[in-house]
Amino acid sequence: MADATQTPPPEAAPPAVSPIKEELDRIRARHADAILGVEEQPSRGMFWINVTPRSIVPVVTLLRDDRALDYKLLTDLTCVDRPETERRFNIIYNLYSITRNRRLLLRVRAAEGEAVPTLSGVFAAANWAEREVYDLFGVRFEGHPDLRRIELPDDWEGYPLRKDYPAVGKRPVLLYNDVKDIL
Amino acid sequence: MAATETLTLNMGPQHPSTHGVLRLVLELDGETVVECIPHIGYLHTGMEKSMENEPYQQAITITDRMDYLSGMNNNLAYCLAAEKLLDLKVPPRGNAIRVMMSELQRCASHLLWLGTHAVDIGAMSVFFYCFREREMLLNFFEEVSGARMTPSYIRIGGVAMDLPNGFEEKVARFLAIFPERIDEYWALLDENPIWRDRTVGVALMGADDCIRYGVTGPVLRAAGVRFDLRKASPYCGYEQYEFEMAIGENADVFDRYRVRMKEMRESVKIIEQVLERMPDGEFNADDPKIVLPHKERVFSDMEALIHHFILVTRGFPVPPGEVYASIESPKGELGYYIVSDGSEKPYRVRVRPPSFYNLQSLPFMVKGNMVADVVAAIGSLDIVLGEIDR
Repeated sequence: MADATQTPPPEAAPPAVSPIKEELDRIRARHADAILGVEEQPSRGMFWINVTPRSIVPVVTLLRDDRALDYKLLTDLTCVDRPETERRFNIIYNLYSITRNRRLLLRVRAAEGEAVPTLSGVFAAANWAEREVYDLFGVRFEGHPDLRRIELPDDWEGYPLRKDYPAVGKRPVLLYNDVKDIL
Repeated sequence: MAATETLTLNMGPQHPSTHGVLRLVLELDGETVVECIPHIGYLHTGMEKSMENEPYQQAITITDRMDYLSGMNNNLAYCLAAEKLLDLKVPPRGNAIRVMMSELQRCASHLLWLGTHAVDIGAMSVFFYCFREREMLLNFFEEVSGARMTPSYIRIGGVAMDLPNGFEEKVARFLAIFPERIDEYWALLDENPIWRDRTVGVALMGADDCIRYGVTGPVLRAAGVRFDLRKASPYCGYEQYEFEMAIGENADVFDRYRVRMKEMRESVKIIEQVLERMPDGEFNADDPKIVLPHKERVFSDMEALIHHFILVTRGFPVPPGEVYASIESPKGELGYYIVSDGSEKPYRVRVRPPSFYNLQSLPFMVKGNMVADVVAAIGSLDIVLGEIDR
């Protein structure tokens, strides 16, 4: 069937020059040891840059403020738990440039108990997103102005989106500690 | 000398204007908002965790319970992400049906927004007009899927079933009357001095602040930013249809209302074009390992029966990888970040709910405004707590 309606046309050959070459060059020029690795899937329009936790704030600030890159929108900030790896928490920063219509994902790997610098000073959007990652994964963000649980009650134990947290609980949930006093 | 003291007012979680269970702690100086602290999470049910424990196809039923006012859009965003992982191509008819459904859903979502927003501000009758038309739209969804709010109609690979007989004519009849009905809401509100007093210049939020807070959708466009994913990175063949992006200038509640009104008119245009050139043929991707076979074939063909059995009991494995796919939902950018480990169930599903980021900007928006404007501001954000709390 003629299928001209699909969005990305399949590429004949992988492009010789990486589509995110400019981003990589500019980050390398300013922060030489920030980049740990690059993953590219041009046919899906997906690009990840793995950076060190220490360099996340300067790298994101560079991506935001450089006029030629212009990643002004932090679309999302989330986490993937991979307990079998040494640094289990993959924090994913989803950046988008409205003017260039480009999407770039940054990945920071953090070990259990390791704090990641907060991005809330660079993007206001990161405030709640980081609170949610803290709430559901237990990753601490250093320097966050208001790091409290956001979805779950303040006295909740455990971090539900971790892979070692069961999907189904064993006891009924009593949401507030003061319920006993009322009854 | 009298000392001034601020008053702490608790608004919600059962306040009717908070559109669900949102709690705001307002710090008031007289009637002026000094501080606003939203508390969310009352509807948190661990939907992302539940999705990790369902086969890909069955996780669809969870998606439309997040933003329950635009179920079709939620189904679509999730399916697009899963199809990206599978490298699956949907045939033209499937795409056309998807576009039609997501635009009908956009109208339904905007109608509910308009009705409740007007009630919040004090215009009671608009609500009844809006719900008259929304009822017709929900009947369409019921006809194609059997459900009015949680259709799960869009599936990985296409849609659940073809359009029923005579459906396109019914939609065409609806499109014939809908623009006049939009004129009616327009006549009730647009020149209404009370409506204008309550909305013009209220809850301002300029383009830079919107982007800083990750605000997308009509709120961002009302600030004059030309960003609509249907134009920026078209999916399901949106590039074939002609429509204008609704843009505001003043970034206030009134412009957000104008943008959504315009979007409904543009949706009508899109659906008319879809009906005009609705392609024939298959509506599901041609991949028996992923898409359920036709029922007649299950009864007559051994191969189809086996596929049916395996797909229903076990699902299908998805190649390992990570993808992000997003669509322009009625509320803004709705994205899914799916991680697959090669099994039949997603390893991790992250929903990027537009309402979550839009609501985060509320304290900024209402600071310095009157307490009554908080109600107008919440309404203009068009939030759904189901997708904020998940």
